[in-house]
Amino acid sequence: MNYFYLLSIVLLFANDSFAQDNHVHNPVITPETAPAANATAHEHSITVVAELENTAAMPMDHSAIAMDSDEPPEGTRDPHAYSAGFTQAAGPYTLPPAQRLVLADEHSISSLLGNGVEYTPDSKTGNYELQAWRGTSFNKLVIKTDGAFTENDEYENETELLWGRAFAPFWDSQLGVRVDSRSEGKNRQWFAAGVQGLAPYWFELDATAYLGSAGQTEFVFDSEYEMLITQRLILQPRAEFTVRGKDDPQNLLGSGLANAALSLRLRYEISRQFAPFIGVETEKNFGSTADLLNGNGESVKDTRYFAGVRFWF
Amino acid sequence: MPQYKTSQALSSQSRRQLLQGLVLGGVASALPATLSAQSNTIAQATRGTPPILSGPVVELEVAESKVNFTGESRIATTINGSIPAPTLKFREGDEVTIRVTNKLKVPTSIHWHGIILPYQMDGVPGISFDGIAPGETFTYQFKLEQSGTYWYHSHSGFQEMTGMYGALIIEPREGEIYPVDRDFIVQLSDWTDEDPMRVFNKLKIQSDLYNFNQPTVGDFFSDIANGGLGLALDKRRMWNQMRMNPTDLADLSTATLTYLMNGSPANSNWTAIFKPGERVRLRIVNASSNTLFDVRIPGLTMRVVQSDGQNVKPVEVDEFRFGPGETYDVIVEPTGDAHTIFAQSMDRSGFVRGTLAVRRGLEASIPPLDAVEQLSMMDMMGDMTAMAGMAGMNHDNGASTSDHSGHTVPAPVVDHSSHSGHNMSADPLSLPSKAVRHASTEYGATVDARVDTPRTNLDDPGIGLRDNGRRVLTLNDLRSLEPIVEPTVPTREIELHLTGNMERYSWSIDGLEFGDSTPIYMRKGERVRVILQNDTMMTHPMHLHGMWSDIEREDGELLSRQHTILVHPAQRISFLATPKDAGQWAWHCHLLFHMDAGMFRKVIVS
Repeated sequence: MNYFYLLSIVLLFANDSFAQDNHVHNPVITPETAPAANATAHEHSITVVAELENTAAMPMDHSAIAMDSDEPPEGTRDPHAYSAGFTQAAGPYTLPPAQRLVLADEHSISSLLGNGVEYTPDSKTGNYELQAWRGTSFNKLVIKTDGAFTENDEYENETELLWGRAFAPFWDSQLGVRVDSRSEGKNRQWFAAGVQGLAPYWFELDATAYLGSAGQTEFVFDSEYEMLITQRLILQPRAEFTVRGKDDPQNLLGSGLANAALSLRLRYEISRQFAPFIGVETEKNFGSTADLLNGNGESVKDTRYFAGVRFWF
Repeated sequence: MPQYKTSQALSSQSRRQLLQGLVLGGVASALPATLSAQSNTIAQATRGTPPILSGPVVELEVAESKVNFTGESRIATTINGSIPAPTLKFREGDEVTIRVTNKLKVPTSIHWHGIILPYQMDGVPGISFDGIAPGETFTYQFKLEQSGTYWYHSHSGFQEMTGMYGALIIEPREGEIYPVDRDFIVQLSDWTDEDPMRVFNKLKIQSDLYNFNQPTVGDFFSDIANGGLGLALDKRRMWNQMRMNPTDLADLSTATLTYLMNGSPANSNWTAIFKPGERVRLRIVNASSNTLFDVRIPGLTMRVVQSDGQNVKPVEVDEFRFGPGETYDVIVEPTGDAHTIFAQSMDRSGFVRGTLAVRRGLEASIPPLDAVEQLSMMDMMGDMTAMAGMAGMNHDNGASTSDHSGHTVPAPVVDHSSHSGHNMSADPLSLPSKAVRHASTEYGATVDARVDTPRTNLDDPGIGLRDNGRRVLTLNDLRSLEPIVEPTVPTREIELHLTGNMERYSWSIDGLEFGDSTPIYMRKGERVRVILQNDTMMTHPMHLHGMWSDIEREDGELLSRQHTILVHPAQRISFLATPKDAGQWAWHCHLLFHMDAGMFRKVIVS
């Protein structure tokens, strides 16, 4: 399997995404963001855009799509300028606070996403990855848990409790703690700080740095993409990388780029909320992690085929 | 004298709705117990053309009723047990008393959409009054100083979507000015078997879940086959960078909705009976919660005589688009035995139809749904000629914005081209401003796009209706029949931007959801200009309570009075208002889910 080639493509895209979205900004809709030709655009639109592209002396900021700062530029309006000092709670004819109109933007909602509950027949292993949240559009309490278990009662689990706060249109910062538990080796506790969101070209990204209670560090980068083959048949490639600051021999984890996992899942959405899938994942360990595993007689590379379900509600 | 025929819909509750091709598996079973119709004590709602109520005192009762639009029995909230609610018919000048009794377990309310009245009678809980508590009766009393076609609906939660809407017809004091032989009300609406609150939450979790028309890998390859890889990539580049979807035409589709005409799904074929040679008036109300409809009667020209209850100079069209809250009155002269009244949703996921027929049981052919048109450059960026102007290019048509450096003051727009005769540029407020001023709160997590070069023309029928070979009504076609007698130049200008973040399903004004916003203050009696600029990809029907919105063209001409204005993507629209009644008023997008998500402002008039 030509997996380093795949890996480099994913890295390239991820790099590109971050570069495009350096400060993670709103796109500003200006002509240079427009492709010159759009099959659906009107004739006059095409002409105008073509004219624009021929104009060398465009006095506009050519980095407009994503590099534009989220800081409001000079001369923006004060959104409260029309209020004459009145507020939701105080003003003529205003009802008592208990009667105030409260819309859904002030209500919290909850969601649980089972990104995958999987079974690998060869190793008789179960894997799961769940994410729950409660909150509003811009502030959420997030719980992530993922892990694996075997029929011999071996297991490992990582559970994170995070405060997710929107800091850009497509990005949440996440701060909190992570607790690892495993049937063999040593349990760990971590502080977690990361970002989760949607990069240009629709890459779902989740990048988190961890600081362990014993001073160890870890960085996990996870990216997935969805290709709609039909409205319901969806192919999802995914890449996950783990980098560690120092060795953790008790858990057979080494420092440096420790682990890379590339996977492909093909799911069929019986409904948008429930989709069975089949998948394949190749995982490889590197550097001192590979050495530690080798020393323990365990394989450093593994390919597994699995079936699972994705669901949310 | 208009004549109301009480034709009843052919009820066919056991037949599945024609449009239910895309029932979401696994969803129906997830319904909360409150919606699954188990109780035997709840009566079945009556459907089809509703009864007419009039007189000085009208009694309305809000209660739960059973309905079955799709083959599944559900609980609706109804007024007097019918969907639509009873048609209320009054005369201009009437003092009316409407007693509304709440038999629900939750508070309710009724808003008289488009009626100018004291704010305490406007029926918005939390703004005009406390709402109507369970078991209580609220007495609405107001004088009708206007005439035309209006409607009424609940303003509480999602009750409007579960059945609480009806027509409100006010006959002119001097009688109708257009003699017709038949007069029918056509109320279009949308129904979901799901709990609307659940639908809303699902949109919050995955905003595109009801869109089954998304670009696929196959589309990509067929674009490569048709135009090459470069073109295919170009076409996607901007959308992909912006993380937006060119097929995002509606939040909800027939994946959950069933469209209704007078409470009847398409297969029930609501029918209006006429005699050959008769002239028929149709009062068409968009009473839906989340659907923009494109309406036409294939083979017949529709003469539009009224818009939002206000008479306009008759204009002949084949088709019009309208959003939730809007009404159009049209007069048609049927030529055949049967004509289909066809209303397809803007996203083309489905339609509802009824029939104008000389006798019951007839139907005419039903046209196929139009092809879906993807959002274009114009929908995203607005006016590209203006951008060319900003780039210093020589354009001899259209006004050019005078300035793009100092946006702190409303930059006067100097129009060099069209105003012969009088010097309009003397007063900077004589024309609507064109210099875009974004709010500082549009720069942040709440807003996924801002339009720097909006379009200001009003002659665009909108996405999916351009160049379709039919005469499609635009705002620019509307001219008030009676002149709008108000000061032509306002004293000030209020600029508001319609904003959103589709990925988070957040909808806002100036980047602030309702809960974070402050009220808009208007002085009683002042003439104020409002600029609504749509910085989103969706079309928003903006409804301002308590006063008329007089549509203003970019050259300052007043067109017509509206209570609800459709603002197209990347459009910058201007209207003038004179708040005459002190109080608190609501102002919001009439797409119910956008409203509830926060595209809402409170207006204080004093």
